[in-house]
Order: sequence, then structure tokens, then C-alpha cells
Amino acid sequence: MTPKLEIRGATKAFGSLIAVSDVSMTVQSGELRAVIGPNGAGKTTYFNLITGFFPPTSGEILLDGQNINRVPAAGRVKLGMGRTFQITEIFPELTVRENARIAVETGQGYSLRFWLNAGDRKRIDDACDEVLEMARLTAKADRLVGELSHGDQRAAEIAMALALKPSLLLLDEPTAGMGDEETYQVTGLIRRLHRDSKYTIVLIEHDMRVVFHLADRISVLAEGKLLAEGTPEQIAANEVVQNAYLGKAE
Amino acid sequence: MNALLRHKYATTAIIWALLLTVPAWLPVFGGYTALAGRVLVFGLAAMSFNLLLGFTGIMSFGHAAYFGLGAYGCGLFLKYVSASTPLAMLAGTLLGGIAGTLFGLLLVRRRGVYFAMVTIAFGQVCFYIAYKWDDFTGGYDGLRGFARAALDFGAFKIDIANNSTAFYFFILAVFGGAAVLQALLLKSPFGRSMLAIRENERRARFLGLPIEKHIWLSFSISCFFTALAGSLYALLNNFADPLGLNYIMSGNIVMITVMGGMRAFWGPLIGAVLFVALQDYVSSMTTNWMFFVGLTFVCVVLFFPRGLMGMFQKGART
Repeated sequence: MTPKLEIRGATKAFGSLIAVSDVSMTVQSGELRAVIGPNGAGKTTYFNLITGFFPPTSGEILLDGQNINRVPAAGRVKLGMGRTFQITEIFPELTVRENARIAVETGQGYSLRFWLNAGDRKRIDDACDEVLEMARLTAKADRLVGELSHGDQRAAEIAMALALKPSLLLLDEPTAGMGDEETYQVTGLIRRLHRDSKYTIVLIEHDMRVVFHLADRISVLAEGKLLAEGTPEQIAANEVVQNAYLGKAE
Repeated sequence: MNALLRHKYATTAIIWALLLTVPAWLPVFGGYTALAGRVLVFGLAAMSFNLLLGFTGIMSFGHAAYFGLGAYGCGLFLKYVSASTPLAMLAGTLLGGIAGTLFGLLLVRRRGVYFAMVTIAFGQVCFYIAYKWDDFTGGYDGLRGFARAALDFGAFKIDIANNSTAFYFFILAVFGGAAVLQALLLKSPFGRSMLAIRENERRARFLGLPIEKHIWLSFSISCFFTALAGSLYALLNNFADPLGLNYIMSGNIVMITVMGGMRAFWGPLIGAVLFVALQDYVSSMTTNWMFFVGLTFVCVVLFFPRGLMGMFQKGART
């Protein structure tokens, strides 16, 4: 079976600085993969290579077996790579439902329409209801997103990504800057999307605790290189990882 | 939310009730019907401009160009082609709207202050053409020698040429039609995409929205409506003024919009009431009336950053 996402020897150099060096990774359909590493390990650069913020200096990025090295970020979204950002990107002065609706309408190609017939309207409403339900935001649908908690804003951002019906969900530090309760809320949402809705998910995470309870497999980056890869149990037992990363963590 | 909606419907109902009864109550306050016509014309121009500023989040400092082209298009048609008021308005609207659509193509890749600068430049180009082309546009003196004609429906005529009340209701009908179209636009998927660009362009782009195309369309639509307002302005005065194309006029449109409240649908109309009232009453007392308009503008921006409408509808949005 063709893997959902495959990275072959990806390298990214900025001048003489090699931020990501010869990293490979294979993500199967339905897998939840976490990429972790200490600060400066090249996680963000690696994520940017996957989302298409810039092309790799060498190596290949394959989505469903197709090389997408040269597809820019917006084009990758259209190929089914839904994403969220480290700093939540939402439409703050619109309601949760309007946020979802804009995503649904854009994703389904309605955004240049000046009117909708009853059938279209129902299709859009149903799709909005569905993603809001998945993100557990139905009760807050009519609130302004900008007024919600960090956790709910992240859930709204994920709902917008889901509205585009992605086949691969890329989450950049989904719990960055959150307290325990919100972290718990967001990880709960990610777990449901993975277990119940069978999404393939790649997430970059700084917070180790988040990852060990969520991921099927973990890739550990350090100083731009792939240090180890395996199940959470294997990673927890790996001495190299312990020395390089866990030992330094708080 | 329901309270919010009820508030919105109530505002709309009050505004329509007041507009429909203008000839009855305006003279009580010492006004005259032509003044109300001017409020509607400036209100429509500012509401059209606000599709861009308030709802797409893009600043144009050159909307006088499309307003003025609308006026000249209408006047030139009446003078040189045919004495038909509706066709003249169509000509003005098309002239301003198409010019805006073409300029828009060159604008969409600019952002922020660069976008605004280029809009000023285009506006001034139009101004100098009208200002210098004496034979055709009347140059410095403006375009004269045309007059709005009565509406001829075959079976009956509506004399908007001489009956000022009939003319007011004609302007109101055009204004009302444009306002309904704008409200429907904002409720459409395209309208929501405008809000998305205003709120977070990066997010919108990562949803797969073709930002440049949407900004261009939004600019174009805004220009067509502004030109429609301009064609009404020519009919109102039976005159097209080169100063109507000038950047000062663009500034007036911006001030009207910001004073009234750019996040509220009716905000620019309220701004136009204030602007026209100040212009009319204060200019009868002092030639430095612009000073008082400016002072009011500064006060509103300082104390009510969401404009006069924002004051009444805290938390309400479109």
C-alpha cells in the first residue's frame, strides 16, 4: 500500500546552516505520527518542508506516492493537506459558525457565488454542523471566536481544517502556550479525530507528555537529524533519546 | 444572538421609516429636500466604499475617481447623446465601474499604504483629465449644459426634473435598490470571503481562497456602486464638478465612512448625515467649515473608534 506521506532524505540548508539533514519518514494511512525534539532541533523547518512553506534543498516529499517538492503551500492544501498553525490562525471577529462556514464554502468551491439555492445552503449548513460537532463546538457556534479560550480557538482552527475534508492533517504544536486543562481538551480532540474519525495526522510537538499518550509512532529530531523512530514505548526506552532529549527536558 | 438580530432589524426599520418620511419632517428642522438627496448620494458613495474598507479591510484613497467618473459619464451622456435619465445613469455607472475594474487589475498585488498610494495616483489622473480637457469636460468650470429629464414610462411620467419631492423619492429608490444588493452581497458566500480577507488574509489564503481575485472583484463591485452614486450626484446638481474627482473628495468619502462607523452596514449613511449637516449649517456661518468637519472627525476617531453607529450597537457586527 502506498504510504500517505513519505519523506525521503529531506535536507534544508539556509546558506551554510543545515537546519534539517537527511531526514526520512513514512506515515501510513490512519497513522498518528508525532515529531518531537528539543528547541532548535529543526522541527519547525521540517514542518515547513512538509507543508510547502519552502522546497527542500535535496530529498523528496511524496503525498500518496506523488512528488510534491515544488507544490507551494496553498496548492498542498488543495491536495488534501489540512493544517493548523503554531499561533492560532482564525477569523477573530466572526462567530465560530461563520469561521467554519467560510472554510466549508471555500473548500467546496462556493466562495465566488453571490447567491445560494436551498440545496446548496443545506449542504453547507450540514457540513458546518458536522465539523462543529467533531470539534465539540456546537454549543459555542454563535460566539465570536476571538472571545473564546485558547483551547476552543484551537478547536475552531482544527474545525476549519476539517471543513476542507483533508486526507492528511498537519498540526504545528497544537497545545503551544496552553494550560493543563486546555491541553487535555485539545489532545482529547486529536485522539477522537484519530481513533473515531480515522484521520491520518502528523503533529509537531514540544511537550513530551502530550505525545506519548497520543502517537502511534514518534520521530525524534535533534540538531537537524533523525535521532530515533519507533513506538512511544521504544522511544521511552531508547538510551540515545534519553541522553539527547529526555535528560535535558524539565 | 437573537437580541443582536432584533437590534439589527430594528435599526434597519427605523432608518427606512425616517428615509421614507423625509419630506414630512425635514422642513421642521430647517432642512430642504435636496439636502436629504445629498445625504443619500454621499451615503451611497460611502457605503459602496465601505464594502472595501469595512468589509474587505482594504483602504482606497481614490474613490472620488469612480464617483466623479460616474458623474461625468452621466452628464456627458445627457449632454451629447440622449436626454434619458436612466440611460445616462447606466452610462455613468459603467464608465466609473469599468475604469475601477481595470485599475483594480493593477492594484491587487499591492497592500496597505502602497495600495492606498496607487489609488490616489489613479484618482489624480482622472482629475487632471477632466480638469484640462476644456472642450469636452468643461475643464476647470465643470460640465454644464445638461439637466435631468423626467422619467417617461409611456403611460405616465414622473417629473423628477422640477418636482423636488419626486426627485428625492427617485434617489431613495435607487439608493434602496443598491442597499438591498449590497446587503445580499454581504450575506453571500462571496461576501463572507471578503470578511475572511479582512479578518485574516493568511488564514484565508491557507483555506485555498484566491485572495487577489477576491480583492479585485470586491474593488470592482465597490467602484460600480460608487459610480452609481456619482451619476446621481450629477443629476442632483445638473452639473459635474472636476473637484468631485479630486483626492479631497476621496478624503471626504473616507471621513464620512469612518465617522459613521465602518463596521456597521448603515454607518456610512449616518456619517453622511453628519457630514452634510455640518457642511450645510456651518458653511452658512463660516467659510472655514472644513475645520469643524475635521474637528468632529478627530473627536469621533479618538472617542468612538467604531464610529457613531458603533456607539449604538456595541458588539454588533455584520
